[in-house]
This record gives sequence, structure tokens and C-alpha cells, in this order.
Amino acid sequence: MYDAGKVIIGIIVFLVIASFPIWYAVAGGKSADIPELEKAAKGDNCVMETEEMRAAHMDLLNDWRKLVVRDGLRYYTAFDGEKVEMSMTKTCLGCHPNKDAFCDRCHNYMAVNPYCWDCHVNPKEFE
Amino acid sequence: MGIDRRGFLKVSGLTVLGIASGKASETFASSDSHGHTSDGTTKRYAMVIDLQLCKEQEGCTDCVNACHHVHNVPEFDNRKDEVKWIWKDSFHHAFHEQEHHYLDKDIVNHPVLLLCNHCDNPPCVQVCPTKATFKRESDGIVMMDWHRCIGCRYCVVACPYGSRSFNWRDPRPHIEEVVDDFPTRTRGVVEKCTFCEERIFEGRPPACVEACKHGAMAFGDLEDPESRVRELLRDRFSIRRKPALGTEPEVYYLV
Amino acid sequence: MIENALTGSKRYWTWVGFLLVVIFIGFLFYLRQFHEGLGITGLSRDITWGFYIAQLTFLVGVAASAVMVVLPYYLHNYKAFGKITILGEFLAIGSVVMCVLFVVVDLGQPFRAFNLFLYPTPNSMLFWDTIVLSGYLILNALISVVTLSAERKGIAPPNWIRPVIIFSIPWAVSIHTVTAFLYAGLGARPFWMTAVLAPRFLASAFAAGPALLILLCLLLRKITKFNAGDEPIRKLSVIVTYAMIVNVFLVLMEFFTAFYSSIPEHTAHFKYMYFGLDGKANLVPWMWTSVVLSIAALALLIVPKWRRNFKLLTVACFAVFIGLWIDKGLGLIVTGFVPTVLGEVVEYAPTFPEIMITIAIYAVGALIVTVFYKVALTVRGEIIYDRIKPGAKPQSVETIGS
Repeated sequence: MYDAGKVIIGIIVFLVIASFPIWYAVAGGKSADIPELEKAAKGDNCVMETEEMRAAHMDLLNDWRKLVVRDGLRYYTAFDGEKVEMSMTKTCLGCHPNKDAFCDRCHNYMAVNPYCWDCHVNPKEFE
Repeated sequence: MGIDRRGFLKVSGLTVLGIASGKASETFASSDSHGHTSDGTTKRYAMVIDLQLCKEQEGCTDCVNACHHVHNVPEFDNRKDEVKWIWKDSFHHAFHEQEHHYLDKDIVNHPVLLLCNHCDNPPCVQVCPTKATFKRESDGIVMMDWHRCIGCRYCVVACPYGSRSFNWRDPRPHIEEVVDDFPTRTRGVVEKCTFCEERIFEGRPPACVEACKHGAMAFGDLEDPESRVRELLRDRFSIRRKPALGTEPEVYYLV
Repeated sequence: MIENALTGSKRYWTWVGFLLVVIFIGFLFYLRQFHEGLGITGLSRDITWGFYIAQLTFLVGVAASAVMVVLPYYLHNYKAFGKITILGEFLAIGSVVMCVLFVVVDLGQPFRAFNLFLYPTPNSMLFWDTIVLSGYLILNALISVVTLSAERKGIAPPNWIRPVIIFSIPWAVSIHTVTAFLYAGLGARPFWMTAVLAPRFLASAFAAGPALLILLCLLLRKITKFNAGDEPIRKLSVIVTYAMIVNVFLVLMEFFTAFYSSIPEHTAHFKYMYFGLDGKANLVPWMWTSVVLSIAALALLIVPKWRRNFKLLTVACFAVFIGLWIDKGLGLIVTGFVPTVLGEVVEYAPTFPEIMITIAIYAVGALIVTVFYKVALTVRGEIIYDRIKPGAKPQSVETIGS
């Protein structure tokens, strides 16, 4: 390989810069401001355990949308046996009415930008 | 994260299937078929439009307004970007291959209601490269998965009835009053009439049928010999659009 | 090998720079389309496919036409094409890349394009078109890289590449056949509902593609040391002649069936194209230009004395290429929508942003062809060495590359 030294230095510089966020977080001790999400307005539990929901709500919503749109099914049996309608705007927003204090706050923190709301309507937005 | 989430959801899905079919059979009776295999739960939804009754209501657009309102259909002020699910068009456009000079002017000069025909052999479904448009075997409704549509518009090209629209622009700013229990669409996907499948599920008739005060539209299951649609098709002479193409449209017009 | 693209004359860099500027401008327009939607194009509810898809259709033909040099060389051992097969293959690569880009800019949701592969749907011709186009791109990339590397090393290409090359011949035919099937199977559109569409696509492709290749060979002869030789160009011109005759013949077949049967839904489209319908006649001047160009081209090509004159041949090739571009790239797709399925006559014209995006994609194709031709000709040591300072030793084939 030509210029092996320079290439290796280049790779090291790249790795340091690319992993900067990790260094920064380690040096800072604790990552800044974990967002505080608004508690559910009603109900004791969600359709899955909270931990499970936190990790997998996107998969659940993907499955719901497939079941509703493609299979024509509407109801979902939650882990506690309750039957709920598979609807983000009715069921999810039914307990968590403030999209900005629940969905957005965490999504902004995680810098993810789901496109659900391009089509689905947040009732508050149009009141 | 030990449990298999997907498997879990599938099991729940099956539970739901039981509930759904139970509910559906309460709402609609079903029996023999007209060539379709029927296990007693399969339906074949169809619409019958009475051109005689419809033409008496000059300028009435109740059905169109109702549909476009509950489905958040945008209103554009130019033809190019237009989106429509159900609309009135001239007899000449609706049935131009069945026209002749001596037809009753009363019929020819009055507009005809056009919407998706929910064909038995839908060309739009055949051409869709992602199965975003598909026909539901349980009730024959030609559905769209707006999450999956890539916006290639092949379905618009393949539809012989001009029933499909495309969102050339963001529809939201062009919706007069957004209804929150139905999604709007986003730019870059296709859309059309869904026979109000979200209302059928609740046991309600399609919005257009409900809105028609003059009883010019009937909706029901062709598998059920006692249904209103079967009765009308038995008693009156009806025509369909472009029957020669073999698409088997399920919107019938009484003349 | 590819590093040969990074050194070149002032003229080379001016051309590359010009193309990059055009691409950049088109990209800005595409960003606008991406944010505002396809509403900024001239497309509508009535005419849903237009300029983009028409360019795709035309360029699939140019891509497929590489087979016209590959087939005689590899199947019939026609040695004279040995020098230009690589040019045909690179032209095919540039064309297929343009095709893919035209599909992508035509999508309403380009980020979901991978749904084509996530949810494969064999009943959709668009699915098959994606398969054959990407397959053809891979085949040509593989073949040209392997044969050119072997050439650079001065050795014979490995044996395994030969079956791949043979395989690419029917594959080339398939890309244009499947593209015709996109249109030819739709009951809704009588204008395209003709079994002769695929043969007609192939005939026009085998005229337009080799015509472009002739023009490129003549251009390279002028601006580089590369000389394809008279014989392959003459042979190509014969191919163009026959393909053009077959194409015109097939078009006349369409006229006969439409007008002798005089079924309105068949004649209406032809009337719109050549005479206008309901006073709407956007395409009429274009279509007659195409007719005149095609007749002129046929005359120049069929008379052997004229065909053998390279000046007249250049004119003929331009006439073939532009005439067929109008026919496929303007007329054929749009006319399928006029009149509409409801019998309405609605017109379409591409908008300025649409044209700029289209030009940019052509510039991408031109850039790919330029760069690859540069690489291929440098490998052969046949490029003009005007980048070398006076007195410096010209690079030989051996010192180029690693």
C-alpha cells in the first residue's frame, strides 16, 4: 500500500471524529435531559407492559396498520385481556391526548421523525 | 425482551379475526353466490345507482359532499391536481361506448355518478408493483395501503374508469375542514373510493348512500339474494361501464 | 483503471464541468419537486405518465441496442466489432442508469422505492421491468469491467465471461420487451393494446441505439486518436437501415389496423397525434417533424452511395435518432392518455422544472458515457495525449493504472 502511514492516520482521525458523541457523553458523565413524558390521562396500563411498549410500540403500530388495512381486522386483545380498537388516533391518543407532550417529546429527543402524522390527524391540531 | 413480539401479535390477530367475523355475520346475512365460492362469510359488495331518480335532483351533490367530507378529500381549484372519489360526469363520458344519436335526451343530458367500480378483476390490483392496492377476498373491496404506495401511478394508468386520483401536492392545505377520525393522505400516493369500508365494519352504509335523501343509491351484498341490490338488479334493467373489458365492475346503473 | 478518468485534457474537464453544472441545476429542481410533489410537473389526473416515463421508454431502447454490436461479435465472430463492443456496453450502462433515474424521479414516494423488492409482485410488469433493468445493468457492468481489465493486462478475458456475454443477448431483448409489456397489456388504453408494440420497440431501439453509436464513433474519431475503422461503422449503418425499415413498416401496420377497422377508440389516438382532436394539437408539429426525419433518414440510408458517405450518414443518424426520440420520447406515452378513458381530450406539456430535471438526467448519462469511454480509450492508449507537457514521455499502456 502506498502512503500506509498517512492512510492509517486518516482512518484514526475519522474514527475519533465519528465516535465523538460517545466520547462526549462519557466525558459529560450523563447524557443531557432525558425527556419527561406526560403520564397517561386515563387507564392503569397500556396494551403491553410499559417496558415492552417503550421498546416496541413502533412494531406494534406497524402490525396494527397491517391488520387493519390489509386484513380488515379492528380489535386487539391487550395483555390484560381488554379489547381495544387498533387505532393510533382513537386508542393511543385516547389515553395520551397530548401528542407534543408524549410522542413528540421523546421522538425529538431520539431525533426520529416518524411520518404517521403526515396523514393521521392529531385532533388538537385542527380544533 | 425474551418474548417473540411478532408471534404474540399474530396470536392476538387471530383472536381478533374471530371477533370480527362474528360481528360481521351479525350485521349482514349471506347465502348462495353468483359464481363466487362462498363459505357463508364471503361477501361481494356492490352499488346500484338509479339514474332515473338521480337525474330528477338537478345540481344535487349531497353524496359527493358527504363522501369528500368524511374522507378528507382535498379540493383543488384546478383540474390538473384534482382528487375525487365520487363525482358527477356527463353520460357521454360515463358511457361513451354505449351512446347513440336517438337516445332519450332526458338521460343523455343528465350527469352520471362515477366512483370506483370495485371490479371483480381489478386491473389496478394486477399492475400494482408492491401490492399496495389489493382486493379483499372477504368482501371484494378494492383497498389501498397508503403506507406502502410508492406513487408510481401504474394503477391510475391501468384503471379503465378514471376512478383513481394521485396526490400531486400536499392535500392538507386544501381540505376545508379536516375530519379527525379518518386520515388525510400525503403527497405522492394514490387514492380512490373504498366503499367506506371503515363504516361497513360498523354496520353503517357508505357515506354517499346515507347522504342520498332520494334513495337513488343502494348498497349491499350480491351474495345475499334477499339484499336490496339483488332485488333492484332482478326487477330493473341495469348497465355497467365498459363491460367488454372483463373487469366485472360492481357498480350497476339502472336506466 | 478508473483513475484514468481523473486525468485529462482541458477540453475533457470543460465538458465534465459543464455536465456537472447541468446536473447540479437539475438536482436543485428535483429538490423542489421532492418537497412540493409532482404537482410542479405538467402531469395531471388525466395524463399521469409523461416526459419522465417516455424518456425511460426511449432509453431502454438505447440500452438494449448494445446487443447489436455484442451479438455479431460474440455469436458470429464478426471481428470488426471487436473495437466497439466496449463502447456499446458502456453506452448501455449509461442508458440503464438514466432509466433507473427516470423511474425514481417519477415516483411520488421515492424513499419507498425499495418496497418493489420488499413486496415482490410477479403479476405487475413494473416488478419485472425492475428485475430486467437492474439485471442488465449488472450484466453489462460485469462484462465491461472483466473484458476491459483483461485487455489492459494484455491477456484474453477469462473463459467464464463468455457464457455471461451470450446470456446478456436475450436479456437485452427482454428489457425492451418487458418495457413494452408495461403498456401493451392494459385494457384501459387501446392505443397501446397492440401485440406489435414490443416488436416495434425493438425495431426502433435497434435503429436509434446504433445510430447514436455511429455518431459517437465519428465524434471520437474527430476528438481522440481512437478510430473505430470504416468497416464497423458501415456495418452499423446497415443495421440501422434494416431496423429503421422494420420500424416504419410496423408503424404502418398500426395505421392500417386502426383506420381500416375505424374503431373510434383506436383511430382517435392516431388522429390526435397527427391531426389534432377537438382543436387540441400540441403533438402535431412534433409528429410530422418525426415523419419527415424518418423519411429523409430512410432515403439517405437505403441508397448505398449515400449511406457510405460519412457526412450524409451523420445526417441520417441524427435524423433517425431525433425522429425516433420524438416518436417514443414525446408521442407514444402521452398519446396513450389522449383521449382519456372517459373520452376527454386533455393535453399535457412538460413544465420547465420537469424539462430541467430531464436534461440533468441526460447529463448524468452523458457523464457516465464520457468517463467510461475515457477510461476505456486510455486503457487502449488511444486517447489524445494533449494533457502531457511537451517533451514528456507519453504514457504507455503498461504505465497507466497501478
